[in-house]
Amino acid sequence: MSKIVNIVKNSSDFIHLDNVHEPMHDKNLWAAKTSREKAAAEVPEWEKLRELASQIKEHTLTHLDEYIMQFTHNAEKRGVKVHFAKDAAEHNQIVYDILSKHSVRSIIKSKSMLQEECGMTPFLEGHGITVTESDLGERIQQLYGEAPSHIVMPAIQKTTDDIAKLFAEKIGTDPNNKDAKSLNEAMRNDARPKFLAAGAGMTGANFAIAETGTFVVCTNEGNADLTASIPPLHIASIGIEKVLPKVEDLGVFIRVLTRSALGNPATEYTSHFTGPRKGGEMHIVLTDNGRSRRLGMTEFWHSLKCIRCGACMNTCPVYRRSGGLAYGATYSGPIGIILDPTFDQTKYSELPYHSSLCGSCTEVCPVHINISEQIIEWRKIMASHRLMPRGLAAGFSMADIMFKRPALFRLAEKMGYWMLKIIPKRLLYIKQNAWGRNRTMPTLAKQTFQDWYRENQKKKI
Amino acid sequence: MSSLESMLQSIKANLPKQKVSYPTIPSYESGPEDLLQEFQVNLLKAGGAFFKVSAIAEAQEIVKKIHPDASVICSATDEWKGTKDSHRVQQPHEMADVDLAIIRSTMGVAETGMVWLREVDLMISSLGFLCQHIVILLDPKRITRNMHTAYRQVELDKNNYGCFVMGPSATADIGAVLIHGAQGPRSLTVMFLEEPPIKTA
Repeated sequence: MSKIVNIVKNSSDFIHLDNVHEPMHDKNLWAAKTSREKAAAEVPEWEKLRELASQIKEHTLTHLDEYIMQFTHNAEKRGVKVHFAKDAAEHNQIVYDILSKHSVRSIIKSKSMLQEECGMTPFLEGHGITVTESDLGERIQQLYGEAPSHIVMPAIQKTTDDIAKLFAEKIGTDPNNKDAKSLNEAMRNDARPKFLAAGAGMTGANFAIAETGTFVVCTNEGNADLTASIPPLHIASIGIEKVLPKVEDLGVFIRVLTRSALGNPATEYTSHFTGPRKGGEMHIVLTDNGRSRRLGMTEFWHSLKCIRCGACMNTCPVYRRSGGLAYGATYSGPIGIILDPTFDQTKYSELPYHSSLCGSCTEVCPVHINISEQIIEWRKIMASHRLMPRGLAAGFSMADIMFKRPALFRLAEKMGYWMLKIIPKRLLYIKQNAWGRNRTMPTLAKQTFQDWYRENQKKKI
Repeated sequence: MSSLESMLQSIKANLPKQKVSYPTIPSYESGPEDLLQEFQVNLLKAGGAFFKVSAIAEAQEIVKKIHPDASVICSATDEWKGTKDSHRVQQPHEMADVDLAIIRSTMGVAETGMVWLREVDLMISSLGFLCQHIVILLDPKRITRNMHTAYRQVELDKNNYGCFVMGPSATADIGAVLIHGAQGPRSLTVMFLEEPPIKTA
């Protein structure tokens, strides 16, 4: 049985790391959220675009077999070799086979959540292939030996000081150099030779267009274009849910994607690949890895509409404080809570409880995924499989007993009242009481509501 | 059964019963009349720069001033003769020493300040990304309203590669500080210049 991710402990570790990381993380994501709101307000048809995006996705997903066929046919027509992987293991094997056939020893790759999901990099490294991330944030996480903490801003939980220390250790920069610009410059110079020496370039895809067999990759650095335009071999990993019917759909999706993510009108580079570059070879690995099964889950298939913008993460008050790594999964934040359990229900059984259910994620989702409702559905499933976190389960069963018995409830209420008075402060704020560590206990009213009500009713009469 | 067939079978077995129809997508073309003005505002927001010129020589003079140290200039357009002959470049790696790339774009997007670059415009695609700085020639008549109208013109079925470029290469991955020149070009300058008449053989 897989080990359950203890998200409460992980979050607590991040919050109590120091007085710098968590406030900075919160502040930077809040800025992204605010900038999204501004960008959305500047587009008069914003709400219409969200509805269109949602409907196009639902249409595609309810006709997915037809569009997968059409996409494959059109990509092959342009000279692209299309492969089909049913799971992560098949995906990795296909990629490895292509690389070995071309005797490739080192690759560069741009960001791909699917490749993360498949654990591709450790697999390839295990076979002696050097993998270099070309996105700066991903490269930082790679050098740290950590997964990306956010799907759009992979290293958002790291301070400039952290990165200065990391680069000093890994690429020999001056440890006292804490200037973002010169740190970037150092990495640029370190990465260039690797780009030029790579035997293959790998990318993911944000969208795949059935009508033309094109796939689209959005980056701010132009690193997907470097990845695709230099090595002779380009391999793209594409999840089957990325397909859209027509080129005109991109008008809608490009307009909502980056505005939702960071509040910018688009990424600096929106790259369209329909066939191999001059003198090059191109492969696509269309990957299922649990997606078709999710399509059959009545309560959850809408999560396949996700375009990985990260807006739900930026707006989530719980995510902003916990940091993405606390989720211990490929996908973090609200979208992670509803995606991760489809991969491993036990391992991610406590994630659905890591939410205040405020519903902000649902409000900002550009494709109208009912994220907060799905979080509740997952809680139901976890509770019915006895996978609820132990403390919560005990608490709820106690509440269940009490709420059914008014006399018992009143007794407990009184007892709690006196206990809080008697228990010394030192005991309330011990380490084991996570609540006490960041909060002061509430001051209790002199009497319970019921006592007050009874007294006042008497007065009235 | 082929791997495609088994993938399709797995999808079919799980398709939601309720089908959703494909919507009509409007192109939302209302907005300010002056597309050039809107393009310029958005290009500046994206960290780009622009100049209005009436001849190539004028653009070249400006480039001498803004990129005085550019010694390797590679042009993918016949209008501008660089110092490195793009017709002689065989491998994408050979573009690594380019200080300045000159490329003519066939479309600008007012909504975002983007320019559209195809493989045929770049000659060797790596030129647009390995160069240190990039200068784009754009006919102001080629500016389109928004992404909806832009995607009507991209002809993805005829182009193996095409990219909307919005300003220089950027990152904010270190301390959320915006930096231009992440992995690709450090600057992007658009020269508004009419297209030369098409040569007839």
